[in-house]
Amino acid sequence: MSITKRMRAHIVRMLAEAGSGHPGGSLSATDIIATLYFGHMRVDPDNPRWEDRDRLVLCKGHAAPALYAALAIRGFFPEEELLTVRKLGSRLQGHPCMNTTPGVDMSTGSLGQGLSVANGMALAGRLDGRDYYVYAVMGDGELQEGQVWEAAMSAAHYGLDHVVAFVDHNGLQIDGANDDVMRVGPIADKFRAFGWNVIELADGHDLEALDDAVVRAKASVGRPTAIVCETVKGKGVSFMENEVDWHGVAPTREQAAAALADIEAL
Amino acid sequence: MNSATREAYGAALAELGRTNPDVVALDADLAGSTKSATFGAENPGRFFDMGIAEADMVGTAAGLATCGKVPFASSFAVFCTGRAFEQIRNSVCNPNLNVTVVGSHAGPSCGEDGSSHQAVEDIAIMRSLPNMCVVVPADDVEARLATIALAEHVGPAYLRVARLASPTVHDEDYEFDLLRGDLLRDGDDVTVVACGMMVPRALEAAERLEAEGVSAQVVNMHTIKPIDADLLEECARKTGKVVTIEEGTIVGGLGTAVAEALSERYPVPVRRIGMPDVFGTSGGGAELLDHFGLNASHIVEVAHELCQ
Repeated sequence: MSITKRMRAHIVRMLAEAGSGHPGGSLSATDIIATLYFGHMRVDPDNPRWEDRDRLVLCKGHAAPALYAALAIRGFFPEEELLTVRKLGSRLQGHPCMNTTPGVDMSTGSLGQGLSVANGMALAGRLDGRDYYVYAVMGDGELQEGQVWEAAMSAAHYGLDHVVAFVDHNGLQIDGANDDVMRVGPIADKFRAFGWNVIELADGHDLEALDDAVVRAKASVGRPTAIVCETVKGKGVSFMENEVDWHGVAPTREQAAAALADIEAL
Repeated sequence: MNSATREAYGAALAELGRTNPDVVALDADLAGSTKSATFGAENPGRFFDMGIAEADMVGTAAGLATCGKVPFASSFAVFCTGRAFEQIRNSVCNPNLNVTVVGSHAGPSCGEDGSSHQAVEDIAIMRSLPNMCVVVPADDVEARLATIALAEHVGPAYLRVARLASPTVHDEDYEFDLLRGDLLRDGDDVTVVACGMMVPRALEAAERLEAEGVSAQVVNMHTIKPIDADLLEECARKTGKVVTIEEGTIVGGLGTAVAEALSERYPVPVRRIGMPDVFGTSGGGAELLDHFGLNASHIVEVAHELCQ
């Protein structure tokens, strides 16, 4: 089974076991996170705090199951542990916690705060003469938070070319479509206007395109890069795709079985 | 000596810049006022002006801290603790990161700019956050030592400094202990617990009380969290009466912290002097302190009431 299928299967099992959580945005971000952890990020599962590692800030912290699945498969902790997510005593909190989960570089969960943190990590890398990259994975609804644009300004002002920010543009948020709740577009134009190098991906689930985008992002000199990915919320599970109701509801046991069959058939 | 704690903070930060290569500073377009500009001039590569964007400043500081830097993020107390409260909560305190937030121009002594710029709530809201250490230095000597101590302290901290110059109460050889309150004057009848520039006023009140036959202890409680409950209990056992004074709201600040500690350790009457659940107003800084009763006369009056 491919890594992204394994990640998606883990996400479904984790959420079904937890009885709560966010399947839609975890599944839409899966391919982005897989591209990073299995294609680009310089990390060492035996030394999660390695100073020269590339870092990932999951700004959209509710996609924690996708991050946890990637970290487990990458070897930061046993895959069996994934089923403890959201339970008392687990190292896997409902939203990422850097002090309990090996491999988590920043605690997140409150939307809009991650890009600033990523910038700080990049500034530290520059000060120390380290060449690591910092990846930020943001949601689209998250772009409604003003702090994102403060951070967009800062990253450009300080020329943080080792910051690469993904926008998981699945078009949906809790209360409905972005366009109905609070229009955030045109996203790419906004980042361009703030002085960013911008790469637009028409299919944010195309692993080759994602891989190529990261290569191009890392070639940017003097400017941070935003990779704006058109994605499908709930990607890979037929009855969850593009359904806003699957933002923050866990599948039942029966629904999980159907979801796993969908993923198997991908 | 008559100097503002923000001046001493700025000088100490610059001193740290020369001795500790991990120290970095951030400001939100107020570096000239918070005095972080001196560090910035000496260490341009380690100083980040984030513009008028306190939330981003705090988040960036958090990111720097994850990589082993020792960030000091300064702005006016209203803006860095209020505007960026949730960033301090979720990006600094929740992950327990080593960031010191420095709020200057705190309290009505900020002066003419008026109520929008005079933090009264900062101690209360910073104190409410798990992992947060809250320090309000009494004078320039202590502000310098507190700044240096917070660079060594690992974890989130809030340092409150003032715009207005105030008298120095400590000698140059004063030994600052972040976790221990500072008993400045001993006495038998009443304990006055103060912080910030209320400390010299408390000492003045003790002098006057002495002349009027009341022997007052004065405690400089520079660290409001974690508070030195042992010292408070010791004082309460000795005098049996406590007056607190702070340059901020009495809701949730120093007085509340003292009352909380004593109610569990050794309950005695506690009277709180501070901003009585009101915002400030425009006026001269010193003038406003008198206007709001943040002075020795008020302490004397309340102490007499308690001692009757």
